[in-house]
Amino acid sequence: MGKEFEDEAGTAAEAASPPGEAAPEWWDVASQTPEAPVERECWDRPGVENADVFAEKMSEDEELLLDELGIFGESRRKFLGQATAVGVGAAVLQLLAEQRALAFDWPSTFVGDAPLENAVTVSLKVNGVQKTAEVDSRMVLLDALRERLGLTGSKKGCDHGQCGACTVIVDGRRVLSCLTLAAQCEGKDVTTIEGLAKGDSLHPMQTAFLKHDGFQCGYCTPGQICSAVALIQEAKDGEASYVTADVRQKAHSLSLSDEEIRERMSGNLCRCGAYPNIIDSIREVHTGKPTDELGSMGKEVKHAAV
Amino acid sequence: MQPFKFTKASDAGTAVQAVMTNSNAKFVAGGTNLIDLMKEGVETPSELVDISRLNLAQIRSTANGISIGALAKNTDTANHPLVRRDFPLLTQAILSGASAQIRNMATNGGNLMQRTRCTYFYDVSMACNRREPGAGCAALEGINRNHAIFGWNAACVDVHPSDMCVALAALDAAVNIQGQGGKTRAVPFADLYAAPDDMSAGKMLAGDTTLKQGELITSIDIPKNNFSDNSYYLKVRDRASFAFALVSVAAALDLGGGKIKQARIAMGGVAYKPWRATEAERFLTGKAATEENFAAAADIAMKDAKPLEHNKYKVELGKRAIAHALRKAANVKAA
Repeated sequence: MGKEFEDEAGTAAEAASPPGEAAPEWWDVASQTPEAPVERECWDRPGVENADVFAEKMSEDEELLLDELGIFGESRRKFLGQATAVGVGAAVLQLLAEQRALAFDWPSTFVGDAPLENAVTVSLKVNGVQKTAEVDSRMVLLDALRERLGLTGSKKGCDHGQCGACTVIVDGRRVLSCLTLAAQCEGKDVTTIEGLAKGDSLHPMQTAFLKHDGFQCGYCTPGQICSAVALIQEAKDGEASYVTADVRQKAHSLSLSDEEIRERMSGNLCRCGAYPNIIDSIREVHTGKPTDELGSMGKEVKHAAV
Repeated sequence: MQPFKFTKASDAGTAVQAVMTNSNAKFVAGGTNLIDLMKEGVETPSELVDISRLNLAQIRSTANGISIGALAKNTDTANHPLVRRDFPLLTQAILSGASAQIRNMATNGGNLMQRTRCTYFYDVSMACNRREPGAGCAALEGINRNHAIFGWNAACVDVHPSDMCVALAALDAAVNIQGQGGKTRAVPFADLYAAPDDMSAGKMLAGDTTLKQGELITSIDIPKNNFSDNSYYLKVRDRASFAFALVSVAAALDLGGGKIKQARIAMGGVAYKPWRATEAERFLTGKAATEENFAAAADIAMKDAKPLEHNKYKVELGKRAIAHALRKAANVKAA
């Protein structure tokens, strides 16, 4: 595995911490304190004490997948240690290969100490903190944020640019981190959902989403909020949309109709269907006028004309 | 995704050289289409040459019209004051495509070079001449609801996915290309895309266009016109936003003295390239901007349509879309 992302500023880790969390970040290996001595198995990584902490860091998806394979507890460890030796299905090998390419601190059995085949060193600013790392050329920004920086707020929905759950703000513009190569992010300034609040003060858009119930399951919400924050600025800058009546009109500080907000948010899907409340949240921040918490609920919603 | 070497180009010349030297190399800028195709295993380049930092993003007025840099983002192009004022058709077309996030990433050159969204092209287990010349076309006898009604043959029935390109076709744009040794050439928009019958093995090295491997789009020129007061981009799709066109129409009229001096009609979602309805344009020239004339022009535009099994609806839809777009362009109210 290549060089991990490193903070260049001394206070970087603190600055990147979510509000109210003084504990070291979980990806900060050096500061992890083992609770009890652990046997070193296939989790060992040279130079890393108690690498077993990573055993606890499998995502629910990964757990589920191993469960589906019928691999539990000790046999899970054994499986992970011997996976290359036993005959496993192509799909599993593919998954492991992807994990090898993408995962942070995956067991050394799979990672090996060989340098990345196509390593690219990239230095970028994430939520105000300068980060530098060596990444596989295939790694997209979303995976770099989630797997290497532990910023799991940005979500992987479709991974194909169709759902918007991975939306982050790069150099002031909302973009899809799942279709952005990390290698192309040299010198970029990235803001994720973790970077919107100032200390304990939520961003006004976050507050509005809470007030108006702009979400149900919450999976699309980080992308929705990042997208909405950028949308507010685009309206201030007078940018047009497909439903703008006359794009030739000189424009600045636009006042957006609900139809405009819907069109401008069409890159963010919500399978729970929280759209009316999302519109209420955005309208409130956009206009600066508090609206009824009930908002559009129960009212007839006029859909955008084709 | 297959492993690939990542190279940053320092200037256009070295970028062209790098991709010409390696027939498996590709340029990458916004990456919105290419990275997706690489995740799907449809594109498997051994090298990506990053051109996103090259100095090709200017949008400026020229003696003959406007020059739009290949690396200007779709968003910045659509919102550029000169484009909004003089080429509002282009602004509308760009803004009808994709989502805000994708338009923020996608470049103009990439928009032109994006590949078909034919599901049989995307599914690597299906036969597709675009993906593998000589393999056949699964869409021809498959579910072809979204496919072509013009310009197709048994080799391929796909449609070009871009909205921006429909406006560029209507506005007689030209594409400036840099090749080996810094040589440049300009390609009329109508000649940019290769017809399906050119799809013999070995002819598609650079994709779906007449560009050769390693040739780089540097800018797009649009000549001055008198259409800015009377143009409209209509897009018909399965949902109100963030979907590809079933049929789209770029309509532009030069009106004077109660007559149509010039007309431009281009359609999206109907052929492997934006489809100009030149016969309908000629029909409208010198006529009054009336609903009857628009309907007659729409009939002319669609008379040679050859629908497939599942897309017969596109013929009637196309007629209505053309008439509607012309009405909107002329500010004529529907009867």
